[in-house]
Amino acid sequence: MTDATLNAVEKPRNQWWDVWAQFRTHKGAVAGLCFLIFITLFVTLGPVLWDVDPGKLNIRNKNVRPIYMGLFGGDAKVAWANPMGTDNLGRDIMANIMAGGRVSLAVGWTAMILAVFLGTLIGVLAGYFKRLDGLLMRFTDLVLALPLLPLLLVMMLLFRDPLRATFGPENGIFILIVTGIGITSWMQTARIVRGDVMALKEREFVLAARSIGTPARRMITRHLLPNVMSPIMVSATLGLATAIITESALSFLGLGFPSDFPTWGKILFDSVDRMTAFPERVIWPGLAISLTVLAVNYIGDGLRDALDPRIRGQ
Amino acid sequence: MLIYTIRRLLISIPTLLFIAFVIFMLLELAPGDPMAQMPLTIPPEVKEKMRLALGLGEPWWVRFPLWLKQFFIVEPQYWIDNAFGTNFADGAQRIISFQSRSPVFEIIAERMPQTLWVVGMSYVVGVLIALPIGIISAYRQYSVFDQAGTFVSMIGFSVPPFFSGVLLIVIFSVQLKWLPSIYDTTHVVSDWDSFVFQLRQMVMPVMVLALQTTAQVSRYMRASMLDNLTQDYVRTARAKGMTESVVVLKHVLRNSMIPVVTVIALGIPAIFGGAIITEQIFKVNGLGQLLIIALQGNDIPMVMTITFLLAVLIVMMNLIADVLYGILDPRIRYD
Repeated sequence: MTDATLNAVEKPRNQWWDVWAQFRTHKGAVAGLCFLIFITLFVTLGPVLWDVDPGKLNIRNKNVRPIYMGLFGGDAKVAWANPMGTDNLGRDIMANIMAGGRVSLAVGWTAMILAVFLGTLIGVLAGYFKRLDGLLMRFTDLVLALPLLPLLLVMMLLFRDPLRATFGPENGIFILIVTGIGITSWMQTARIVRGDVMALKEREFVLAARSIGTPARRMITRHLLPNVMSPIMVSATLGLATAIITESALSFLGLGFPSDFPTWGKILFDSVDRMTAFPERVIWPGLAISLTVLAVNYIGDGLRDALDPRIRGQ
Repeated sequence: MLIYTIRRLLISIPTLLFIAFVIFMLLELAPGDPMAQMPLTIPPEVKEKMRLALGLGEPWWVRFPLWLKQFFIVEPQYWIDNAFGTNFADGAQRIISFQSRSPVFEIIAERMPQTLWVVGMSYVVGVLIALPIGIISAYRQYSVFDQAGTFVSMIGFSVPPFFSGVLLIVIFSVQLKWLPSIYDTTHVVSDWDSFVFQLRQMVMPVMVLALQTTAQVSRYMRASMLDNLTQDYVRTARAKGMTESVVVLKHVLRNSMIPVVTVIALGIPAIFGGAIITEQIFKVNGLGQLLIIALQGNDIPMVMTITFLLAVLIVMMNLIADVLYGILDPRIRYD
């Protein structure tokens, strides 16, 4: 008899399986995830299939319009060799969008990871150790009071040349942009994590863990961090979205990567001067940025619902 | 409340001093040289004299207090002198731009009206659009209108201004030729036609900035309305036989506005920062463009002053938001 009741009980399910089940019910989030996977594959595997050097100049073949212009443009210059057209120096736009997307996404992910790491570290330290709390939170408030975009611009301009000299033109700017975005966007994560850690600290399981003499290090890694994973993941998605936008904004203001090194924001910035004649050159990279950020925001929305145990399972 | 306000004002003084110090040291430690743009043919000793003339000869612990003195004492003195015809300043040294060799505050005063017009107008428009959207979305939760509002605000969060602005230019200036793509700041409004022209050139920059504001404020308005609509006092008001419009627009709206007002106050500095990009797109010669030009020309006093003014704005708006919250919501006790 006991065996029968035991068998009737459902098999214990992994928490993350429940989260995924809830996540799938959010249509926007699933669409966002699909788009993010698609755009990631497009920029990583795309260059394998579309084997064109994004920097290769071909002046004879410049200003080719995208392929759909042939449908209603009649006499527009189109070519199957360049489905999205070429720019004013004859560089293939599709190859540039792929190369630019790789940089934009790489910057976004790295900067987000850095920001989330800093935010979690400061949040946990401030929430767990009472002595550090006042100091760290005053510091967070101070950083929040800084005008971040102007300071980021100042950092870009002033530290560009020495970093370029040390790490090479591309790596130097990459390090500069990632560090710049990372150290100017950890504050929200820190505040959320601190609040959650402070609430968790008062719970019985933490008391139980402390009563058997768990050291602070293991307390944080074993008991506190797994319980603040959900707010961290939600703020990570928001961080990814803002990091991509910030990098593009810097490139758009002409303070990002060097001009022969494409990113989505840089392609947009370079095309603005000729947008009267060739609007598609502005629209492709702009659409890529906007759709990626929209997808990430929807994923964040879905994750927030899926990770909230009060909503999950309803 | 008064004591709280005074305490906060006193706390904001060291905060601002610290921020000024951070900005100053960032500019100081940075390897960028204001003389880097000068021709290489200038002999070193002349270059050294030029550095001294720019005030770069002294170490930072002399220049930083000097800048503070100029910003907080000398400049207000000049301002009072101009306003009342007095002579407090007595010819004291003002903050001088490296590029134009004229006082930084005079240039800022020239650029301020354009920025204030575009940014201020867009903020007002954005908030005015956002409030009704938030109210209706909350009142008819999960309706088609609510879904559409959620989608539009998602787009507002996701589409960066440098793309939405460029997209508007492509559609309305290039294809349809309805609106001018460049904001003409020399334009003077004197009659009806010039007023219409002013309106037309303001539409696009204002809409780009307003989209961001609307996205944010309408979400907060919706969430705050939803919190209040389920409260007991709403049921009481309905039970007393009040009409729906009185219940929603008087009882619920007033209580829901409390957090939204603070969000609106806190958003003002952010929109000034965002204006840097919008001004670049529509070629508005406002403060944002001034900052970019100053950055590119290594004009340290100008960059320092504009950035610090933005910091002052942030700190002041934080203070105003907190005080407003206390005034509007009698349940909040700060003391």
